[in-house]
Amino acid sequence: MSLSEKNKEIFLGPLSKNNPVIVQVLGICSALAVTAQMEPALVMSLSLTAVLAFANVIISLLRNTIPNRIRIIVQLVVVAALVIIVDQILKAFAYEVSKQLSVFVGLIITNCILMGRLEAFALGNKPWPAFLDGLGNGLGYSIILLIIAFFRELLGSGTLFGYQVIPQFVYDLGYQNNGLMILPPMALVVVGCIIWVHRAKNPEMQDK
Amino acid sequence: MKALRNYLNKVKPEFEPGGKYQKLWSLFDGFESFLFVPNTTSPKSGTQIHDSVDSKRVMSIVVLALIPALLVGMYNVGYQHYIAIGEQTGFISTFLFGFLAVLPKIVVAYVVGLGIEFAVAQVKHHEIQEGFLVSGMLIPMIVPVDTPLWMIAVATAFAVIFAKEIFGGTGMNVFNVALITRAFLFFAYPSKMSGDSVFVRTGDTFGLGAGNVVEGFSGATPLSYAAAGEPLKGIIGQALSAWDGFIGLIPGSIGETSTLAILIGAAILLFTGVASWRIMVSVFAGGAIMGFIVSASGASILSVADQLVFGGFAFAAVFMATDPVTGCRTNTGKYIYGFLIGVLAIIIRVFNTGYPEGAMLAVLLMNVFAPLIDYYVVESNIKRRLKRQNA
Repeated sequence: MSLSEKNKEIFLGPLSKNNPVIVQVLGICSALAVTAQMEPALVMSLSLTAVLAFANVIISLLRNTIPNRIRIIVQLVVVAALVIIVDQILKAFAYEVSKQLSVFVGLIITNCILMGRLEAFALGNKPWPAFLDGLGNGLGYSIILLIIAFFRELLGSGTLFGYQVIPQFVYDLGYQNNGLMILPPMALVVVGCIIWVHRAKNPEMQDK
Repeated sequence: MKALRNYLNKVKPEFEPGGKYQKLWSLFDGFESFLFVPNTTSPKSGTQIHDSVDSKRVMSIVVLALIPALLVGMYNVGYQHYIAIGEQTGFISTFLFGFLAVLPKIVVAYVVGLGIEFAVAQVKHHEIQEGFLVSGMLIPMIVPVDTPLWMIAVATAFAVIFAKEIFGGTGMNVFNVALITRAFLFFAYPSKMSGDSVFVRTGDTFGLGAGNVVEGFSGATPLSYAAAGEPLKGIIGQALSAWDGFIGLIPGSIGETSTLAILIGAAILLFTGVASWRIMVSVFAGGAIMGFIVSASGASILSVADQLVFGGFAFAAVFMATDPVTGCRTNTGKYIYGFLIGVLAIIIRVFNTGYPEGAMLAVLLMNVFAPLIDYYVVESNIKRRLKRQNA
């Protein structure tokens, strides 16, 4: 299966040049809230990607039948249904992580990336490109979340996915975990650093 | 001096465009203008009056004003140590202990901070900015003596990059750089910045002053006793009066303990006109009024005098709040800014038992509001004058 030029752009664009988090600056709240550790960040990423991809497809299928005036309600119903499914699956198969994520899975409904993609893309495109768009944006969100969580968990707890990666002798030498990394403000600083690096690599995106 | 000048003149062409080291021009320029007042002033034509006291000279005066507090702080580090291990020693060895304990911190703060500044100046082809001269001296003075050097290095790097360089360097920062360093340390490594094991060095320094702590020793600061509702106590349980807090032979961060030495520094700053007396006076006024309220209402056992001389209050009032970059610029604004710092510092101290000292957070919080205060002062001034004109 090969993607056409246009579909490739739809899928790959959100990974870097049109990234929902670091370029459009959407979905920041959840990026700050669930990234203290890798595991919840990964589960959150997967949940959002799944919901986004399927919601995009469903809305795209319905796009010719949804009356324009009530389209937001219809979108909300679709997203809410998908979020409840994801939430139930998490509760059934990954209860611990689901407890850690608490309300943030439910809050996917209000995630700006979702509404943005449904409004801007799914309502005007066929299901296949809409699916690619949802997948691409979900993955773009996931990459950023995982990068943030990597630094926060590594520097804040010395672990990755719960496994100790900073060896004990370093602690014996006087090293300490950085407590500030666990706190949400530091996530914002890390997001800022990612944006900094991203802009430095893409000079055409810098504001004049 | 003359020989130095001649030497600089001799090597200068090497750094100018076309010279061997032209890439290092900003480094050379930084050193040259630090050592000698540049003989360029504003042009004779035009209306501006401008002497050659540039910001490097101003910074040097602030560093000079910090010296008394630093020296007393060094002596106090040794003094507290020898009390803790129950030994009697002479003045010289007490000071030497403190000197050796504090010196590495000063070196680390300067090397890390100036290193980043120089690197940024080279990359951006700017002149080297002098703001770090003061921050580098403040940072070691506002940390406990047992804070590890690597933590100071990490925190200094964080503060210089994120509180200063990304805002555009010296003169552009929203927050006081030295206080950001301290806040970073405080929140990232709480166990090394608070509690009762970091403010008094009980181990030896480079082999000097080894010994075991005496019975009944506790390294808690007087204010942490106060936060726990106990009377002010020294490290071996002796009662402390406001006079002890004023002289400053009490446990605390290195430079903050002696109000007397800080006031000498304040005199230097005020005499040379470097710092604003409006801010200093109003910080103390705010602290005194709030201190009176909390002691009269029974919320705190500390008297007004205790509130002003213990902890970092005086240091913050004299050296932190008066930072001209992060404070208010209008005269009315300075009164409001300083007053609120004093009030907030005492409120945080008394009502949030998690923070025995509130001066740092009060100054940082007011840093955010300084531009807003200035804005409304200017606006109301414009309104008043418009009204007068239209009347």
